[in-house]
Amino acid sequence: MQKLIAWIDDRFPLTALWESQWGKYVAPKNFNFWYYFGSLAAFVLVLQIVTGIFLTMNYKPDAQKAFESVEYIMRDVEWGWLIRYMHSTGASMFFIVVYLHMFRGLIYGSYRKPRELTWIFGCLIYLSLMAEAFFGYLLPWGQMSYWGAQVIVNLFSSIPLIGEDLALWIRGDYTISDITLNRFFAFHVIALPLVLLGLVAAHLMALHETGSNNPDGVEIKQQPKDPATGLPLDGIYSHPYYTVKDLVGVIAFLAVFSAIMFFVPEMGGYFLEYNNFIPADPLKTPEHIAPVWYFTPYYAMLRAVPSYLGSQVWGVIIMGLAVVIFFVLPWLDRGPVRSIRYRGTLYKAWIAVFVVSFLVLGYLGVVPVTIWGQFAESVPVVGGVDRATVVARIFTALYFAFFLLMPWYTRIDKTKPEPTRVTM
Amino acid sequence: MKPTTYARLSRGLIALAAAAALFAAVEATASGGADLRFEPAPVHRLDDASLQRGARTFVNYCLNCHSAKYMRYNRLQDIGLTEEQIRDNLILGDAKIGDTMSIAMRPVDAKGWFGAPPPDLSVESRVRGKDWLYNYLIGFYRDEASATGWNNLVFPNVGMPHVLWSLSGTSKLASTEYENHEAALAAAIGTKGLALVEPLLGGKYVVRTVAPDVPGTMSPVEYRAMAADLVNFLDYMGEPARNKRITLGIVVMLFLGLLFFFAYWLKREYWKDVH
Repeated sequence: MQKLIAWIDDRFPLTALWESQWGKYVAPKNFNFWYYFGSLAAFVLVLQIVTGIFLTMNYKPDAQKAFESVEYIMRDVEWGWLIRYMHSTGASMFFIVVYLHMFRGLIYGSYRKPRELTWIFGCLIYLSLMAEAFFGYLLPWGQMSYWGAQVIVNLFSSIPLIGEDLALWIRGDYTISDITLNRFFAFHVIALPLVLLGLVAAHLMALHETGSNNPDGVEIKQQPKDPATGLPLDGIYSHPYYTVKDLVGVIAFLAVFSAIMFFVPEMGGYFLEYNNFIPADPLKTPEHIAPVWYFTPYYAMLRAVPSYLGSQVWGVIIMGLAVVIFFVLPWLDRGPVRSIRYRGTLYKAWIAVFVVSFLVLGYLGVVPVTIWGQFAESVPVVGGVDRATVVARIFTALYFAFFLLMPWYTRIDKTKPEPTRVTM
Repeated sequence: MKPTTYARLSRGLIALAAAAALFAAVEATASGGADLRFEPAPVHRLDDASLQRGARTFVNYCLNCHSAKYMRYNRLQDIGLTEEQIRDNLILGDAKIGDTMSIAMRPVDAKGWFGAPPPDLSVESRVRGKDWLYNYLIGFYRDEASATGWNNLVFPNVGMPHVLWSLSGTSKLASTEYENHEAALAAAIGTKGLALVEPLLGGKYVVRTVAPDVPGTMSPVEYRAMAADLVNFLDYMGEPARNKRITLGIVVMLFLGLLFFFAYWLKREYWKDVH
């Protein structure tokens, strides 16, 4: 075995790759609960690719056959139901894991110098994942697949001058049709997975270049070396320490995943929407079109922005900015410390505002705007407007305020001094 | 601006956020509008006898206008039937045992007769849910104003006539007015069955229920039992793998529990010298 590895190493940097990326990668020893979600995201990515390959073997990207082929997988393909539920549950769980992973980066300042590129690659992964999810959601060809895609593609047509042509170019047709289904299938099964894999590799390489942050925000590379091991005082090898720790995480995650997949695969209509069990019907618009839950915060923002000169373009711009603003986070944060542990109340309060805004907008994106009725005509400013719209506007403003005011509140915040050693 | 001004501005915005959150929470609890209250469907997914009775009702009464084109006859072995029993009792046409439950009626004709083609029922239970289906089956009443002479409390102005009327008998719509929402809701809950609470002009509310009129060949209890069996079958047909899924799920959870124990123990062993 050793001879074989030596033979390979002479021709390909196998051992060097393994050691630089994981085996001899030195990580801080104080990773907590929040640090499971990186490895879990990688795990779900592999799960989605493997189950996706098996689904592709029986799925038919054809407007006449797509819905039927999904039911065929659910009924007639041996273990097809299990593979399909793994993939559908995996899609939503991917976003849960990624949102928690991003939140970890947010509260511990993992995006800050020198890890800006790791963060930016991560943001690109998030964007690609949204595209991947969007394209994939059309494939079952149910009512929500169809009308959800219709709504999202129509957003592009609100862009002045080029909008209509752009939407036409995306669809390849005047409405969502068989042609659209075919190209979305191509994007979903090959184009975006390739992009995702490339970005994930870049994300990991950048991370392993700078080294990981940790809940204390302590830079372990600047610590003196332990004379016995030659490692930074608070550093340990990823293997075997984080290999066995992440294994515990994966099994716990699989337990949650399985509980959903085996006992409530629709997750109350959030992972699999009930209306998506109706085949797509271009002539019948559903009363209430809601995107899948992971897009709803942005959808709520889109609906909250008033149309201007009959165009929804400002809503589209706000929605786009809400995602893109994550990219500049490393340059918005001017605080002297990284981790929330040593930040002051001002920062903590703003993080809370951000979380509440994201959750409230997420909820409002699921429900119809009429859910809370309208303000009476006599009320000044907001008279006659849907109450939910007004609430969504307030929280959209707060969402952006969290980012745009960050340069000031992080600078004036009363922080505690960062320690030189991590706390376990 | 001085830093203190920013701090004040910041605190002000946070207070605004808290107020908005509270506002959102309060708003969420207050809502009006029509409220359809269902009678829970008395079905059980493991009751094979009920599923078999439901399958018989389905092929006799539904499978003329409605198809179940993703459901194969031989799949009915799931609910404890043999191929022989399926062939003798449940295949009424010349379909083969491996065929799906399709129908001869053309969608174009159906559209002409009913206004809309009757939907395929393979996955209908996953769209509607079993309570909706059960209440739909007990929600028909006579309505001379409609094209078919029937209407439905769950699905107003539905195109489908009440095809099971000879069994259930006919019902009529009963409406009672109440002074306020509380009284109406209390009355609706008191019926312990299907009831629709609707607001009227002037703050009043009306509770609508379906009341038996002319009896059919079955008693109301027998008819409800038959409807429940049928709904149980539709619910099974929406996802034939469900029972297998749940059984396998329990096994997988137990296995993961065991695996977690070992993995956690392994992690503790490795980490005990990390301080």
